[in-house]
Amino acid sequence: MLGWELPPHNSGGLGIACYQLCKALAKKPIDIEFILPYSADHGIDFMNITAAHPQGIAEVLRSGIAYDSYKYVLEDGTESWIDIYGQQELYEHAVAKLVEAREFDIVHAHDWLTFRAALRVKEMKQCPIILHVHSVESDRSGSKQGNPLVKEIEGLALHAADRVIAVSQRTKDAIIHDYGVPADKIEVVHNSIEAGDLVASDGDNAYHYLTLMKSLGYRVVTNIGRLTIQKGLPNLLRAAQKVVAKHPKTLFLIVGSGEQYYELIDLANDLGIGPNVIFTDFQRGKRWRDAFAIGDLFVMPSVSEPFGLTPLEAIGYGSPALVSRQSGVSEVLMNCLKVDFWDIDEMANQIAAVMQSDVLRDSLAQNAYHEFERMSWDSVSDKVHDLYQQHAGAAR
Amino acid sequence: MKAVVLYLHVHQPYRIRHYTIFDTGLTHDYFNAPYDSKESNEKVLKKVAEKSYLPTNARLLKILNENPDFKLSLSITGTVLEQLEKWSPEALRSFQELCATGRVEIVAETYHHSLAFFYSRSEFEMQVQMHREKVQQLFGQTPQVFRNTELSYNNDLAQWAEQAGYKGILTEGWDPVLEWRSPNFVYRPAGTDHIRLLMKNYKLSDDVAFRFGDHDWAEWPLTADKFAHWMSEDHNATNFNLFMDYETFGEHQWEASGVFDFLEHLPREWSKTEGNRFMTVSESIDNFEPVDQVDVPQTITWADTERDLSAWLGNSMQASSITSLYALEDKILSTNDLVLIEDWRKLQTSDHFYYMCTKWFNDGDIHAYFSPYDTPYEAYMNFMNAYRDVQYRLAEKGYEV
Repeated sequence: MLGWELPPHNSGGLGIACYQLCKALAKKPIDIEFILPYSADHGIDFMNITAAHPQGIAEVLRSGIAYDSYKYVLEDGTESWIDIYGQQELYEHAVAKLVEAREFDIVHAHDWLTFRAALRVKEMKQCPIILHVHSVESDRSGSKQGNPLVKEIEGLALHAADRVIAVSQRTKDAIIHDYGVPADKIEVVHNSIEAGDLVASDGDNAYHYLTLMKSLGYRVVTNIGRLTIQKGLPNLLRAAQKVVAKHPKTLFLIVGSGEQYYELIDLANDLGIGPNVIFTDFQRGKRWRDAFAIGDLFVMPSVSEPFGLTPLEAIGYGSPALVSRQSGVSEVLMNCLKVDFWDIDEMANQIAAVMQSDVLRDSLAQNAYHEFERMSWDSVSDKVHDLYQQHAGAAR
Repeated sequence: MKAVVLYLHVHQPYRIRHYTIFDTGLTHDYFNAPYDSKESNEKVLKKVAEKSYLPTNARLLKILNENPDFKLSLSITGTVLEQLEKWSPEALRSFQELCATGRVEIVAETYHHSLAFFYSRSEFEMQVQMHREKVQQLFGQTPQVFRNTELSYNNDLAQWAEQAGYKGILTEGWDPVLEWRSPNFVYRPAGTDHIRLLMKNYKLSDDVAFRFGDHDWAEWPLTADKFAHWMSEDHNATNFNLFMDYETFGEHQWEASGVFDFLEHLPREWSKTEGNRFMTVSESIDNFEPVDQVDVPQTITWADTERDLSAWLGNSMQASSITSLYALEDKILSTNDLVLIEDWRKLQTSDHFYYMCTKWFNDGDIHAYFSPYDTPYEAYMNFMNAYRDVQYRLAEKGYEV
């Protein structure tokens, strides 16, 4: 398995999806070696985790999130900062060196950062490769253009792959549209959530202000995620303006950071709803969980979301969800509100409906929770394991 | 007869600490940053007292003692007076010693250095009254001349000051308002009878406040005799209004620039010519007749090249936060909770809104303004969480919020 991150050293959904998938797969009669571009303690015992350090590199130090530059410490003690593109090149060479003396039945690689390494292994070892697409470049860039260097890797690798896994139908459609990969080579395997893995809320909610305001008739809309173009926050704020006009006692809790942070603060004030919108910056742990729990509605207004785990987490903490139809999760989740990301009026309409009706809020939340409880990564690993068997013959 | 009217403004705000949504409702100590942080009011006050107030007052007292004709005017906000009482009683004493000479006049203003005049007349009057009482208590004077925060001014303010009994009011000598006229005279505000207007000569004032230590300035080094000579060349003028921030001395212009020596030599050079005097703001109003009426329908200030309130209210973060704050007024005042009311008033200090200004931030010229925060957005977020806490406290008392 070739991957870029694992929790707790993850910056987003990719690391969690890899972790949960492997944990479920480990119950099958297979051995997994997970090769990462950095070394760290993950506290994982159900598979082997190996760091693929490039030749001459003593240590790779992560900075900030997974998509920033990392600091590489060379064996002679010198240091250098390497950007994401340079890192995936180094990873390719390191993986090639690492696999020289090893045997695999199948290589399963996650997202473009590991695709060149997968191609290299296929070339060296002639083993089948399965490429797992959690997002394509047009999702991440928020446009059809994207970075041509990244698109080149994605296109080349997806054509050369023995099999492609897409995390949603919309991701499969995007792969076909963007790269012309034959549809019958792409399998849709939706992500999931492991209900039992959710850390329970405890004690007082960390948002004291919101707790009191709710007791006074206010209602809270939450969004948790990176403040970046793909996530569609400006549309949520424009809808918020319309909601506040109808239901002034609505507060919006925006948890996260990103390059749109200041732009969104300005926008909230330009729209005249500054006092109603609370920006908290990036949060972890209790403050992250409590943000889900305090919400009367979780909104994921993404412009393009290959899957989108956060609405399921919100549901797990008792909040109903409104998701954009441009998300993979909207393909599997039934008991939630759905809206096109560009339809600000309808988004406002649906948010206002929940703000004004606790009955609607509670029935949405309860029914969604029943769906949530039935979700498991075991069904995901069943599908993936079937694919392994098709391509590697009988798994060991 | 010609007079130099030197007026210095002394102010420190209560800066808001890094105050998050998780503090909101739990602790109400927005103004109480840890001592080692940039927003520590105690630390800033002690530093300014040591670098500016104490050495400058020592020099001013020496000049007053050595030159019986030397006089000046000061405005000192309530928020800085409180902080001096708490953290630098010796600096407060040095201001009191200046006033004890009988040649230092204190100017009236709002206690909290607020923009209340533009949002609530009754709140504004309350803060002016609080300041008047504080000045009476600490300095034994009752101010006769009014200045509003940032020398903000318009016809309405002048009319208010007249009916409130002030004999004079201060503002910027801004060219579009003065047109062909000179700031070096006493004027009468439009729509008033008795009150007089003194307008800052910003060229001469800024020569001292901003350009004094600038080695690239063509007039550098600025000496007292050169400066006195410039003033004496204006033969018809009556009063040269040198208005500036007190912190010019020791903070903006360091002692090494020679600014203190300049100040010490100026009375001697200026008094060499017969009839040249120093006057406080009241005295210049008593001594000179107004030469014309000045009409200011739009608000002007002494700030920036725009001379307006855009540094405080120009962007939507500023407009939204200040409007939200004043919208709480009726509820806050009806609580009779003096601690809550005072916290609300401290949030009115104009500096909080100045820190949210983005016009320099966008230019990348963030050094052009003085803020304890890294970005205007950080200032906004801290302020709004403090605002929400005030709202929270109202709600706890059963108020509709």
